Amino acid sequence: MEVLYQNLLNLDWKMVVMWAIGGILIYLAIKKDMEPTLLLPMGFGAILVNLPLSGAITQGAEEGPLSILYGAGIANELFPLILFIGIGAMIDFGPLLSNPVLMLFGAAAQFGIFFTLCMASMFFDINDAASIAIIGAADGPTSIVVGQKLNSGYIGAIMVAAYSYMALVPIIQPPIIKLLTTKKERLIRMEYTQKPVSKTTRILFPIFITIIAGLIAPASVALVGFLMFGNLIRECGVLESLSETAQKALANLVTIFLGITIASQMQAEKFLRVDTLLILGLGLFAFIFDTAGGVIFAKILNLFLKKKINPMIGAAGISAFPMSGRVVHKMALKEDPTNFILMQATGVNVSGQIASVIAGGLILNFFLH
Amino acid sequence: MLNFLAAFEPMHFVDNLWYMGIGMLGIFIVIGVIVVLTMLLNAATAEKPDSEKKD
Repeated sequence: MEVLYQNLLNLDWKMVVMWAIGGILIYLAIKKDMEPTLLLPMGFGAILVNLPLSGAITQGAEEGPLSILYGAGIANELFPLILFIGIGAMIDFGPLLSNPVLMLFGAAAQFGIFFTLCMASMFFDINDAASIAIIGAADGPTSIVVGQKLNSGYIGAIMVAAYSYMALVPIIQPPIIKLLTTKKERLIRMEYTQKPVSKTTRILFPIFITIIAGLIAPASVALVGFLMFGNLIRECGVLESLSETAQKALANLVTIFLGITIASQMQAEKFLRVDTLLILGLGLFAFIFDTAGGVIFAKILNLFLKKKINPMIGAAGISAFPMSGRVVHKMALKEDPTNFILMQATGVNVSGQIASVIAGGLILNFFLH
Repeated sequence: MLNFLAAFEPMHFVDNLWYMGIGMLGIFIVIGVIVVLTMLLNAATAEKPDSEKKD
């Protein structure tokens, strides 16, 4: 009889709190449709690993499948890199290639990362601070790679924050954009003329980006390279089947394993700490200042430009693709139902994807020794 | 919690501002190079209008 309730005695309140957190993630995924592909596996995994003596994770000499997966796919950064092939295959750089100046907004919107690095360094050692700051990239795979390479002790909280905030883009960004812009600015119309982009440009672009990023920030070359490899598969025109597989089957498979494996780092004793709350706070801070950086950069440009830019598009420079571009577009439509800035916002959003990876590479350049 | 507060080092903010400056400069330089390169690529590979094409 004792054998039936023996394990219950190993249950402690922190585990129950983690079940509640897992439940909230599942609720947000299903009911609010917030990044369900990641939040749902993470939520379920949080419950799975916080059962007393859970066999899903390593207990003493007994290896658990999630711990094995963690070692095989996240500790060595393989899963996020493979996922980048899929993401690269999904991205159409067309709007960006058609108007390359939009890329500058992607650069400006990385401000929050570097500002948060300074903020976080007041509380954490510099490698942990850098890993926390990269949450602002709004780019889960980059956060994982940077955190792992810098050997951060807070990788679980960083991954959860990165993916949760990506899901919360529609809630976090609008108030910041509204706070920093006037109604008149939000009503600015932007002319869009789709300039033709040759196939040669589309093919050479991912190759050149890889070379440039590799030369300047060699630590980022795996990230940029895998992203651009995926894009090359898409654009080359002779690998339709591989492109489709990368976009769908490959990305889906990795996502399933990625979400639930991240949850292996959500064990109560590692997760329920004051540091975790601070990391979540700093991650939000990075997100806010990234958004602000893009918007303010657009406002500064407007001081010198005859044809004004709608400063809201600067906010799409964070790499949460395609949510951020859509959020900005919806905000413009809310102000004026005939003002369409989707293409410009998407172009900026795509540039944010490139810029965040380069920011991650620069951070690794600074601190990876 | 006390350990955590003991680790608080406000001067680290100032010390690390250098990384913010060099990081933002670095990212604008890299992106700037990419912008210029993309413009050159677009110019070099643009298809000529039909009127300029020879039969």
